[in-house]
Amino acid sequence: MKNPYLPYPVRIQEIITETQDRNLKTFKLVFLNPEDEAGFVYMPGQFAELSVAGQGEVPIGIASSPTEKGFLMFTVNRVGRVTTYLHNMKPGDVMGVRGPLGNWYPWEEMKGKNVVIIGGGFAFTTLRSSIVWMLDPAHRKDYGDITVVYGARNPGMLLYKDELVAWEQRDDITMHLTVDATDDPTWKYNVGFVPAVTKEKAPGAENAYAIVCGPPIMIKFTLPVLTDLGFPPERIITSLEMRMKCGIGMCGRCNIGTEYVCKDGPVFSMEKLATLPNEY
Amino acid sequence: MLKIFVPKDKMPRWIGRIMDGARVFAPVKEGDGYRFRLVTRPDKLDFSYQNTRLSPKELVHPPAEAMFSYSLKKGDPKAGILEEIPKALGTRVVMGIRPCDAKAFQLVDVNFVTDQYMDPWWQRRRQNTVLVGLGCHEPCSTCFCTSVGSGPFDAGALDVLMTDLPEGYLLEAVTEAGRALLADAPEGAPASDTVLTEARFLAQQAEKALPRLFMLDPLREKAMTALFQEAFWEEVQFACINCGTCTFLCPTCWCFDIQDEVHQQEGVRLRLWDSCMFPLFTLHGSGHNPRNQKLQRVRQRFMHKFKYYVDKYGNGPACVGCGRCVQYCPVNIDIRRVAAMMTASCVCPT
Repeated sequence: MKNPYLPYPVRIQEIITETQDRNLKTFKLVFLNPEDEAGFVYMPGQFAELSVAGQGEVPIGIASSPTEKGFLMFTVNRVGRVTTYLHNMKPGDVMGVRGPLGNWYPWEEMKGKNVVIIGGGFAFTTLRSSIVWMLDPAHRKDYGDITVVYGARNPGMLLYKDELVAWEQRDDITMHLTVDATDDPTWKYNVGFVPAVTKEKAPGAENAYAIVCGPPIMIKFTLPVLTDLGFPPERIITSLEMRMKCGIGMCGRCNIGTEYVCKDGPVFSMEKLATLPNEY
Repeated sequence: MLKIFVPKDKMPRWIGRIMDGARVFAPVKEGDGYRFRLVTRPDKLDFSYQNTRLSPKELVHPPAEAMFSYSLKKGDPKAGILEEIPKALGTRVVMGIRPCDAKAFQLVDVNFVTDQYMDPWWQRRRQNTVLVGLGCHEPCSTCFCTSVGSGPFDAGALDVLMTDLPEGYLLEAVTEAGRALLADAPEGAPASDTVLTEARFLAQQAEKALPRLFMLDPLREKAMTALFQEAFWEEVQFACINCGTCTFLCPTCWCFDIQDEVHQQEGVRLRLWDSCMFPLFTLHGSGHNPRNQKLQRVRQRFMHKFKYYVDKYGNGPACVGCGRCVQYCPVNIDIRRVAAMMTASCVCPT
């Protein structure tokens, strides 16, 4: 068995500043060793530990899709020591990736179902991975209608803007983009909070799963909307964050009751969360 | 399995032979307490301790361990790439470990060796370490191993069980590795029936001396969320100062941190003991902290030992009754009393 603490060496290929506040940057990483890339088999919803020698590691959701070959993509919010250092790194620099870690959205279980994706702010990363994966010709037929509600504070805070526009124009996915508020006259989409927009657009619950990722306040107000629409708790899926170190269920800090968010999660159904202490 | 009797004056010779082939760790007196240390002279072994102050977990899970090293030199083609630090982890024999502390290793194994991932350092040290345990004649007033499913002569996690008799030691092999140690012991003779009877009597006496303080069954029956919301956590946490002594001493507390340390242009990634008693343990980068309050942290420690572990692995609890946290808690929080509250099953000893 491979040493699970040892990161794969990668090189930064590209750094994209995503948001107007410049606090979110997307890193495209390529493996230094081709055999490492072959060993890095992942599914949308999983995360990895980004490792910077001399700084430490941070657990970040994988924003690329397994259907996109040749690179991994991570969108990183600048909050602490490692992420601040990362934001100052340059294309060509060498760092590390350890993973893939954790579970993923229930892709097998969702086959043949409609999928409603609800995202807020910078929690859209593994949701991007999911959308790209489902829209891939190899997978699109496995899923029914795909509906996306994605909101940010203002237009400048939306991630992956070019892709959002491209998805808007497709007829095999329904996009509902929204911002909390804006004075931008060119904004032609919705204005309002994610829960309110979800309620207004009312995606059907029949034969459907909802994947909800966003800030706690958004999740809190979106859940009752989904329940009113008829989504049962076992078909409402979310992904949680926790402080992590090992990422493999050993270091002991990311538990909610019996479950380690890093290994037993980060993806949980609301049905499962209801059986656990409310400590997250 | 093989059972032999070695007279006291011949023990150093047997241990000396073990020292020829392995490093031997045993309790050594330091100040007014004992601690497991490397011992190189067989006549220096001292079995007169009750137990060591620090648990022997450090032998398998060191408080600080350098996992990887790297260079940060500009122009070095390997700069920024982590490499495993090679470690010579030869055979070791731990002499005189108490049955409770050995059981702790077994309880923690399920965390570090799983179907999906294996902690290479834990696993290698466990494989290379032979545990020669010493049964407890005289349990301390804070011992409660029989309440948590073990006992003063529990050989379940040992390779050899030693019983200290007036004239010598009864050595009983428990595993194949233990048998190998005893097979090469011309100092000993096959244990007579008298010796065996004498040893059984001592073990029974010791077990009788230990009170059963609570029942374990109710732990499985109670819902996790119900126990989590119990009102008694307020009282349990009241005096706690979050010093972390309990987690530091506990043989089944395994939580760790990972940190990078750089000296000039060379760095290492370290693994260090950590504690659920500290707020930083769970602090998110965003500033959010799911265990921000002392009550949440104290509850986490006891719930982990007596409920989460039990539910997750269908085994446990993750407590061996060594009593270190009871002895050294500066504000007298007593895990026996907390367990009795959680199980609502019995007498509170204090």
